[in-house]
Amino acid sequence: MKAELQFNFIVDKEKSHITVKREFAAKRQLVWDCHTKRELLDQWFAPKPLTTKTKHMEFKEGGYWHYAMIMPDGQAFWSRLDYQAIRPIDDYAALDGFCDESGIVNPEMPRARWEVTFTDANAHTLVTTVVKYRSPDDVQKVIEMGMEEGMASTLERLDELLLTLDK
Amino acid sequence: MANYEIALDVVFHALADPTRRAVIQRLGKGPATVSELAEPFDMALPSFMKHVRVLESTGLIQSRKIGRIRTCTLERRKLAAAERWFEEQRAIWAMRYDNLDNLLEKLQGEGYES
Repeated sequence: MKAELQFNFIVDKEKSHITVKREFAAKRQLVWDCHTKRELLDQWFAPKPLTTKTKHMEFKEGGYWHYAMIMPDGQAFWSRLDYQAIRPIDDYAALDGFCDESGIVNPEMPRARWEVTFTDANAHTLVTTVVKYRSPDDVQKVIEMGMEEGMASTLERLDELLLTLDK
Repeated sequence: MANYEIALDVVFHALADPTRRAVIQRLGKGPATVSELAEPFDMALPSFMKHVRVLESTGLIQSRKIGRIRTCTLERRKLAAAERWFEEQRAIWAMRYDNLDNLLEKLQGEGYES
């Protein structure tokens, strides 16, 4: 990461919110495009060494993004983001959720609301993402389900991979 | 891993109450006596002790009585599961955005038109 770019990650356990603020060295339109176009999302959204694969993307209110994050061994984690409100190129709100390959949301799994805001910061762009769970219980469910779904072990493997990559 | 879920249960049960949350936060800075912990709260000591007992029964905190003074300490291992998850979320966003830096640089180099 470029040292001068702001990155804040704030957890509010009381409200069950996570706020992520990040500054990017690009104009707002370009940063917006990267968040809202499938061919661009596929190039950055999953953390390395995972890759992103979009199955469906309709960026409009009532539309959704259905995508997988894929492990180097081919294991895929499917998610979808249902767009609720969009104001180009200022902000959008969406409902995040775990689903299967056919796009059916796992009803056991609490969904979080994402509120993503884009603002100018000199020649840069500041992106603020607030991930809102309904309650600490919902957060707990997500953690437990994630462990059952093998997401936790995936992240552990990811940690291991990162360690080997750093050497 | 077997303790993981139990740990999560107690963590979130503890987090659901503001008094208990404050006690946990305070003990994160180091051990404290019950009277020190109770001081910020406008609460009778027996009521406050109930919160301490909840935290203690779940293993989130431990307390030892020496003479008339009961000192509490945080049991960090129990907190680890939830903390770890938040830490993982942070790592995911950080790595994701590093990818985006590279993509933005590439697109600007190519004179990308939206």
